[in-house]
Amino acid sequence: MNDFEPKIIAFVCNWCTYAGADLAGTSRIQYPPNVRIVRLMCSGGIDPIYVLKALLQGADGVLIGGCHPGDCHYQSGNFKARRRVAILKKSLERLGLDPDRVWLRWISASEGQLFADTVTEFVKFLKEKGPNPFKTLQAL
Amino acid sequence: MPARIGVYICHCGINIAATVDVEEVVRFAQTLPNVVVARHYTYMCSDPGQALIKQDIEEYKLNRVVVASCSPRMHEPTFRSVVAEKGVNPYQFEMANIREQNSWVHSDVQAATQKAKELVAAAVAKVALLEPLEEREVEITPAALVIGGGIAGLTAALDIAEAGYKVYLVEKEPTVGGRMAQLSRTFPAMEDARHLLAERIKQASSHPNIEILTSSTLREIEGYIGNFKATILRRPRYVRADRCTACGKCAEACVLAGQIPDEFNAGLSRRSAIYLPFAEAYPPVYTVDPQNCLYLKEGKCGEGDTPPCVAACPEGAIDFSQKEEELERKFGVIIVATGFDLFDARLKPELGYGRYPNVITALEFERLASPDGPTGGEIIVNGKKPQSVVFIHCVGSRDKTVGNPYCSRICCMFTAKQALLVKEKLPEAKVTVFYMDVRSFTKGGEEFYDRARGEGVLYRRGSVSEIYRKGDKLIVRADDTLLGRPVEVEADLVVLATGLVPRKETEDVALLLKLARSADGFLAEAHPKLRPVDTASDGIFLAGTCQGPKDIADSVAQARAAASSALMYLIQGKAKVEAVTSKVDPEICSGCGLCEAACAFGALKLDPKRKVMTVNAVLCKGCGACAVACPSKAIQLSHFTPAQTMVMVEALV
Ligand code: FES
Repeated sequence: MNDFEPKIIAFVCNWCTYAGADLAGTSRIQYPPNVRIVRLMCSGGIDPIYVLKALLQGADGVLIGGCHPGDCHYQSGNFKARRRVAILKKSLERLGLDPDRVWLRWISASEGQLFADTVTEFVKFLKEKGPNPFKTLQAL
Repeated sequence: MPARIGVYICHCGINIAATVDVEEVVRFAQTLPNVVVARHYTYMCSDPGQALIKQDIEEYKLNRVVVASCSPRMHEPTFRSVVAEKGVNPYQFEMANIREQNSWVHSDVQAATQKAKELVAAAVAKVALLEPLEEREVEITPAALVIGGGIAGLTAALDIAEAGYKVYLVEKEPTVGGRMAQLSRTFPAMEDARHLLAERIKQASSHPNIEILTSSTLREIEGYIGNFKATILRRPRYVRADRCTACGKCAEACVLAGQIPDEFNAGLSRRSAIYLPFAEAYPPVYTVDPQNCLYLKEGKCGEGDTPPCVAACPEGAIDFSQKEEELERKFGVIIVATGFDLFDARLKPELGYGRYPNVITALEFERLASPDGPTGGEIIVNGKKPQSVVFIHCVGSRDKTVGNPYCSRICCMFTAKQALLVKEKLPEAKVTVFYMDVRSFTKGGEEFYDRARGEGVLYRRGSVSEIYRKGDKLIVRADDTLLGRPVEVEADLVVLATGLVPRKETEDVALLLKLARSADGFLAEAHPKLRPVDTASDGIFLAGTCQGPKDIADSVAQARAAASSALMYLIQGKAKVEAVTSKVDPEICSGCGLCEAACAFGALKLDPKRKVMTVNAVLCKGCGACAVACPSKAIQLSHFTPAQTMVMVEALV
């Protein structure tokens, strides 16, 4: 499984993590090309069905990125996201999906390096974990 | 009407095209559903690039457009207005970020091209489902908040006030004036800095549109462009402004007179616990320093019940019963002008600052050279006039060992000025400058540097490794990088050109206003070239050194730019805000109220008659929290609906 390249779908908020990813770009900080970003306005807008959809379709990992606690552009969206993701992870388990494939991280607009590091780390983690079993299911 | 999509892939010069095979992406885009035309071009944002889109909209009857280029945070507004010009709803436009989030962060052409294709496919899938939206406008409260009363803040405040708008200028110190008040003369014109500043303070303080709030800090700011509200905390001065005549008798009577290091003189002189920061301070009202005042600290001062300062004041102006006040102000725009701190020279222990009294910082030199300074403008150290003075450039700048790789931009020039001041005040003194490079890009700067050398200032290229004491002299040891050998220079006085660092409160300011900081720790502008005074938040602008090291001229230029950017909103009286809000489908909504509880802005109300939720579009900020809370998807965030997001996921996995 050495040449396994995991696919990560990232749902990130417009104000912090998306801007942080942009900063990684303007600072030319390199990270693996395995991530695909979907912009939400706020991490509080992360609907569990998005995560489910991504995993069931075969994404190897889902990264949810928001502002640090207290920094949400909409006051409390990230707290809502935190609660929802916690509940979602429990339900994933019951559905036979691996909750460890879902990461929730706070990355601010000035943390380009942290964004790059997070993706790098997640890719490494997923490489060790191996492909999402649903991927093969899809292929069948 | 079926979707007719045009797709445009930008090369961004070579920024994208060097890493992404743009032709391949175009070929791929042409195969995507609903795509009528796909092209690539060197710079989509340029005039010819925009013309290309406009022409295609007409020719191919496009009703939706995708541009794959930089971040939407950069050019989404540009392209939205391009398509709007040709009658396409600006919200039926989507961007694929293939620069910041692709070509700039990956180097493998194949992988980056593949990623670009998927991002384009996702954008095409989403754009096909986007609904037309109406742009909303908000009214702008015709007032501005300026944070910081240094030269930048004062200048910005004056420009806005002159244009006829109210300005609240908040300064945390007891006086406005900032760092410039401490400077002797300006470079390269050698004007009296104090005089220039005093004039500006006078203009600002007498302007009917400016309310200056000193000894004040911001506790909270809420709202958004056009409708900000601040809670300001004003500390007591313990002196009544309506009575104080600034006669100074209180300071003379103070038990601690001559004992407290005077920050205005960079600690080179001592003041009382009740003081006026400097002669031209505004407001011209004495202030009690609560950190030191014995009466405030211990409840008693002097022999009797009345503290000596109170007894000495002929006007009865001192009032220890004053309390902290909380003020509220409303305004439409904000200018941040919070300034800089100086690098702490103690962090370079080899230079001996803090150990040898005749090693001083540039700011301390400014105080020595100022007529209102502790020596009346004479260069006197340890009671003597130095005969040999050494200046050292780049202390705490361009120095990775202290975490400051950047150039502080002003030290080369202020050192040349200080060297000239030594030559002027002590013509016999030998003056040596140790430099890494001399950067004299200021207008008139190179000529000024030439003048310093012409007047006998010796410039030696080299980095100083150590300063040590020998008898009553200092020895500066350096590697002369031109001669290629170590040298030692004897000095009576060493002046360290300490660099500029972000103010220690920068973090608080950034948190309060939700501003980004750049890698050097200063506040980040929205774009380094094209939006140098804007921030990523609408209606908040940067002026002066809070954004990065600058000289007075540049600070003033930026302050005036920030003021005019702010005035654009104030004059229009309204600003466009995102049309992206939540919408309720009354057919599906059961009125359960779960979304109402999820809304942080009180934008949702149940219509008691129809038993369905309603959205107040002005209060709705478009975060989408309500949509997630709704069990039946009856409320959705337009432009970010589940359907639109799901097709993206489909295209990306
Ligand atoms: S806006 Fe970033 S988490 Fe809410």
